[in-house]
Amino acid sequence: MDLRFPQAEPTLSEVQALDVVLAPSTVAEGWQRQHGGAHRARELRHLLLPSLHALQARVGWISPGGLGELCRRLDVPPAEAYGVATFYAMFITEQRPTRVVHVCADLVCHTRGAGALLDAVEAEFGAPDQACDQAGVGTAFWKPSPCLGLCERAPAALIVEAGDPAHEAVISMATVADISVAVRQGTHAVAAEAPPEAAVPQTVSPFGAGTTPELVLLARVGKVDPLSLDDFRAHGGYLALRAAVAMGPTAVIREVTDSQLVGRGGAAFPAGRKWQAVAGQPARPHYLVCNADESEPGTFKDRVILEGDPYSVIEAMTIAGYATGCELGFVYIRGEYPRALSHLQIAIDAARHRGFLGPDVMGLGFAFDIQVVRGAGAYICGEETAIFASIEGYRGEPRSKPPYPVEVGLFGKPTLVNNVETLVNVLPIMLRGGPAFAAIGTTGSSGTKLFCVSGSVKTAGVYEVPFGATLRELLDMAGGVPAGRSLRAVLLGGAAGSFVRADEIDVALTFEGVRAAGTTLGSGVVLALDDSVDLPTFLRRIAAFFRDESCGQCVPCRVGTVRQEEALVRLTVGSRQAHDIQLLRDVGEVMRDASICGFGQSAWNAIESAIDRLGALT
Amino acid sequence: MNTRQETSVAAPRRAVMVQIDGDEVKVPEGSTILDACTAHGTAVPTLCYGETIDPVNACRLCVVEVENNRVLVPSCSRKVEPGMVVKTDTARTRHSRKMVLELLGSSVDLSTAPRVGEWMQQYGADPTRYGVGATVAQPVKIDNELYVRDYAKCILCYKCVDACGTEWQNTFAIAVSGRGFDVRISTEFDVELPESACVYCGNCIAVCPTGALMFTTEYDMRSAGTWDESVQQQTDTVCPYCGVGCNLTLHTQDNTIVKVTSPFDRSLTSGNLCIKGRFGFQHVQSRGDTVR
Repeated sequence: MDLRFPQAEPTLSEVQALDVVLAPSTVAEGWQRQHGGAHRARELRHLLLPSLHALQARVGWISPGGLGELCRRLDVPPAEAYGVATFYAMFITEQRPTRVVHVCADLVCHTRGAGALLDAVEAEFGAPDQACDQAGVGTAFWKPSPCLGLCERAPAALIVEAGDPAHEAVISMATVADISVAVRQGTHAVAAEAPPEAAVPQTVSPFGAGTTPELVLLARVGKVDPLSLDDFRAHGGYLALRAAVAMGPTAVIREVTDSQLVGRGGAAFPAGRKWQAVAGQPARPHYLVCNADESEPGTFKDRVILEGDPYSVIEAMTIAGYATGCELGFVYIRGEYPRALSHLQIAIDAARHRGFLGPDVMGLGFAFDIQVVRGAGAYICGEETAIFASIEGYRGEPRSKPPYPVEVGLFGKPTLVNNVETLVNVLPIMLRGGPAFAAIGTTGSSGTKLFCVSGSVKTAGVYEVPFGATLRELLDMAGGVPAGRSLRAVLLGGAAGSFVRADEIDVALTFEGVRAAGTTLGSGVVLALDDSVDLPTFLRRIAAFFRDESCGQCVPCRVGTVRQEEALVRLTVGSRQAHDIQLLRDVGEVMRDASICGFGQSAWNAIESAIDRLGALT
Repeated sequence: MNTRQETSVAAPRRAVMVQIDGDEVKVPEGSTILDACTAHGTAVPTLCYGETIDPVNACRLCVVEVENNRVLVPSCSRKVEPGMVVKTDTARTRHSRKMVLELLGSSVDLSTAPRVGEWMQQYGADPTRYGVGATVAQPVKIDNELYVRDYAKCILCYKCVDACGTEWQNTFAIAVSGRGFDVRISTEFDVELPESACVYCGNCIAVCPTGALMFTTEYDMRSAGTWDESVQQQTDTVCPYCGVGCNLTLHTQDNTIVKVTSPFDRSLTSGNLCIKGRFGFQHVQSRGDTVR
């Protein structure tokens, strides 16, 4: 490739920022052309996303000079790099103040007063996406954000300050005063964050007067120092890996198959079948991807694991890599999780330093290592093929299947993609054995499940219960609807899930139970809505979420999500016409039937269920 | 890179039997469902499909029902499998095609897209029923003398990007930018073409299915109301500029060259040209009234 690069020069800060990500040898077009040219350049493409992060973090935007320098060093066409940068909400391609406050405007925060909060912030600081000059704070701006995954302490905000180093902090149970302080004074003025275990009410004793189910996946959260490898080992860490290596890869996969574990990311695909399929692929290398891009509105379970017990994810990935023949695993973690990212990175560095990752894991005779890739604000990158494109340095656009990831995945190689929660289930499976694990829960749904309970309940948080508990029992664990309110509906599975009515909450929270009831568990979202909810406005927020997060690749989803939102606006602010309900159904059907990926295919689920089950909009 | 050239020299392929609308059809292994439909004589509408470009299956107009598939599948990219049972004309496929046409028609100017009007009628699409909704309307980009970019007519089929990039030209002047409904075909920071890497080969124009990319000559004549394809002639010839010998198709109206294309089915060019073959025709029209 003989590429043409922009004339704009990078600043010293931008060059220094890139130097941190790109090794000194990663330079000079001349050098590359002499030593492998485009072939070598392709090997560097996966550094595009980290490089964009470096520029954004240092100077607060992706400038023409910075992008040009990045493109010269990676030999990436500037138009393509610009296309990648503009795909991600956290990258800004127009100069902005270096301090940005993302105020969550999504579903859970909406039920917790985010609407009024956003109005107040706008009143004080002016319109989003521009310097807060109105309030005399030219160094900052604010913008509404999709779900930040801090739903147990909604409403929430995230503040990011570019610089050397950049600073990030989250604001929980945010008030206008909190946001105001953050905008005016920056991250250092933000109150310290509650510890990870604060999101897990079951770790607080006494809980539920002796009726607490045994914690399996969250057993260590709040009990171990999440940053200490020694403490992890003192609490049973790495016993599962030893058990796995003792039995060998084939037996590990057999145990996972026997456990009847299915994926916890939303699709509920049998994990053992996926592992077997990857292990059996002759093409090498195999890759492992841990999907930590949990961005479904109302989902925060993976965050709690990554923050509270990061070594468990590393151990589980090591077992998965060992069993399926992967020597390299990637954790793709959403960009809005600063603490989870930091805990995980510290844990990986420590594990590698101590020989728990690397060319000979624990001296057990196999190699495995982990790289962390940080997302940059794109829900769609949690889709299992979009996640590959994003890691590879391309726009996070899903592709058609087949071929499936187990055959053609990351970098075109056989790839095992599992959600964080799915992976940590492997630890009890190794320690107890597959059949014993399968005995937990029901015949159709084995093990325990993490539910993200939020909205109108007394104690929001992540709850771990064996499959079989009913929705009513789960809501009761969370203290039920606050006094003086009555339950209107529950959104199960998030924006891509569906509603159940208050009289349907005796549904068992199992895969077979929700299927029979015509709903879904999705990613484990349980969002309670009480009688004060403005349902049409809530539905518009769901529609706005799908419009904002569509990758834009296929027509049904790109245009359909826009038309869906427009019809909902007409139905909520104007006269409620049968015409628009029919239009929603027509648009919903083409999105479900003809979109490329699960995002478009599920973009109408919740709204359809609100119309058909809750009688909304009629 | 282009796979068609590779397969044309590969060993003979095995035949695969598939069922299209109840009829058994035999096609070579590796064919797409669309290939099988074409072999069967079944018309399937396509927009983002291009015979010289790897399918990106983005428009979803060509969707068909395949037995044991939960959702519809894009016929342009899905490879046939032995025993596959395909239905091209069902309530579901008709609904999806109608909706794709409606959604595009309600947001994009399809006035110069060939065949779309005919399909709209065939599937009963009514783009007006969405009322006043968001569209991609925007000013025409006229930043050079050779071609215009009217992205109000762009359906985002990705073909121009692929032609400019790895599939043919390897120039990478344009890419897909933005996300969702705000996706646009763009240079870096949307700079004008003369500041970009564009080499004016016009291979993007050749693959554009809607007329969003258009010769300046055609654009000006359409604006003046003088463009009339019914009186145009097409003449195949060989490009005189260098020794490669690319085929040119000269489109003439009133004895004046108004557009140059190259046949897609010629192995030498597969429809691609360089700036000279594509745009270097003005000298032919210097009729001696300026040069004596």
